[in-house]
Amino acid sequence: MTLRMGTIILLTTLALLTGCATRDTASGDALYQDLGERAGIANIVEDLLYRIVEDERIAFQFQGIDVVQFHTNLTDQICEISGGPCTYGGRPMTEVHTDMNVTETQFNALAEQLVLAMEDNGVSTSAQNRLLDRLVELHPQITHR
Amino acid sequence: MRDHPGRTGPTLAIAATLTLSTSALADPGSRLWATGGVTTIEGSAGGGLVPWAVLAGYASDQEWGGTVTLSRAKVDDFTLDVAGAAVNWHNRIEVSIARQTLDLDTLGATLGEDELSQDIFGIKARLFGDVLYSDYGQWSVGLQHKRQRDFDIPEAVGAEDDQGTDVYLSASKLFFAAVFDRNLLVNATLRGTRANQGGLLGFGGDRNDDYEAMLETSAGLLLNRSWIIGAEYRQKPDNLGFATEDDWWDAFVVWVPDRRLSVTAAWTNLGNIAGLEDQRGPYLSLQGSF
Repeated sequence: MTLRMGTIILLTTLALLTGCATRDTASGDALYQDLGERAGIANIVEDLLYRIVEDERIAFQFQGIDVVQFHTNLTDQICEISGGPCTYGGRPMTEVHTDMNVTETQFNALAEQLVLAMEDNGVSTSAQNRLLDRLVELHPQITHR
Repeated sequence: MRDHPGRTGPTLAIAATLTLSTSALADPGSRLWATGGVTTIEGSAGGGLVPWAVLAGYASDQEWGGTVTLSRAKVDDFTLDVAGAAVNWHNRIEVSIARQTLDLDTLGATLGEDELSQDIFGIKARLFGDVLYSDYGQWSVGLQHKRQRDFDIPEAVGAEDDQGTDVYLSASKLFFAAVFDRNLLVNATLRGTRANQGGLLGFGGDRNDDYEAMLETSAGLLLNRSWIIGAEYRQKPDNLGFATEDDWWDAFVVWVPDRRLSVTAAWTNLGNIAGLEDQRGPYLSLQGSF
């Protein structure tokens, strides 16, 4: 419950700050554009975090995280993966997930919530699929560690 | 349905039981939409005619679940009805049962029998890989043990046995954003079988009585997470001298409005059945997942 309230407060703050943090870009990458550039990605990640907190399959895996930092890191990561002008500043994925023992069920649950978050943000099926195509490359770095 | 490992104490156990029973109604499992395929006419998860390497329903590695299915194919001179059910444990093992009834619409009066029928007991094990997440796809091996319930006609036309067991190896892989940025699911299955018309005309025959390897393939394009279109091809043996047996084809559309329900409509070509050629017609299948 503490996690959830804390998350909501922090995310509300984030929502106000997101606009200021957005960088203009000259990148021509279609996927990054289709995701709504960094601002669009930040909105998707914010919705994703709300969904994670409500999802009993995975919420516990995110307990104790620095929500603002997590939001920034995941937004930068998706921005970079989609071809945007960002650099993921977090720790390597294998290191982050060491000893978390992320199961297939949990990975699937997160994928589901990401798809739903993208749908809620009006991301086209085409852009969803292209992002998933790149994100599933991370599967071996995340699960069973 | 999720397991709740690690909870101890009577109060927590009761709470866990209550949680489990409510989630049983709400949640068929965590695998992504439509990735459990539908139910084949032989009860195994797959397309309509071809088993895939995916396991029934939506259970992931900490869950169990399953499916129940009713299907009908209405070709020119026959009607095939199938009732099937499958359970999936931890996306590792699938156990299925199906009853096929082939109504002899045209031949019935001549033969003095209304129908042919068999039961199919299936088991499928995921060997390795994940259809979505592994570069090399998902690989499974399965058995289908089939038992004739009306052997008089098959025996009369030359079938050797009233029961048989098919064994198959399946590979399935989903390619994200593969065609018009839509996800493409491809499947290949290699089946060892002696079955005539899938077993409805018995096993082995006067022309051939040995196991033969048959190739079955299918591909489906996920237009979005609720709609799949695709086609299937299933190579068949030709063991009986009284009539030739053809390979099977179909083209299908699947609607998955929710993980709990799928509706499959197909146009199928079953070729020559018992001397009646060019058996074509619609196929409809309703599947519920739990």
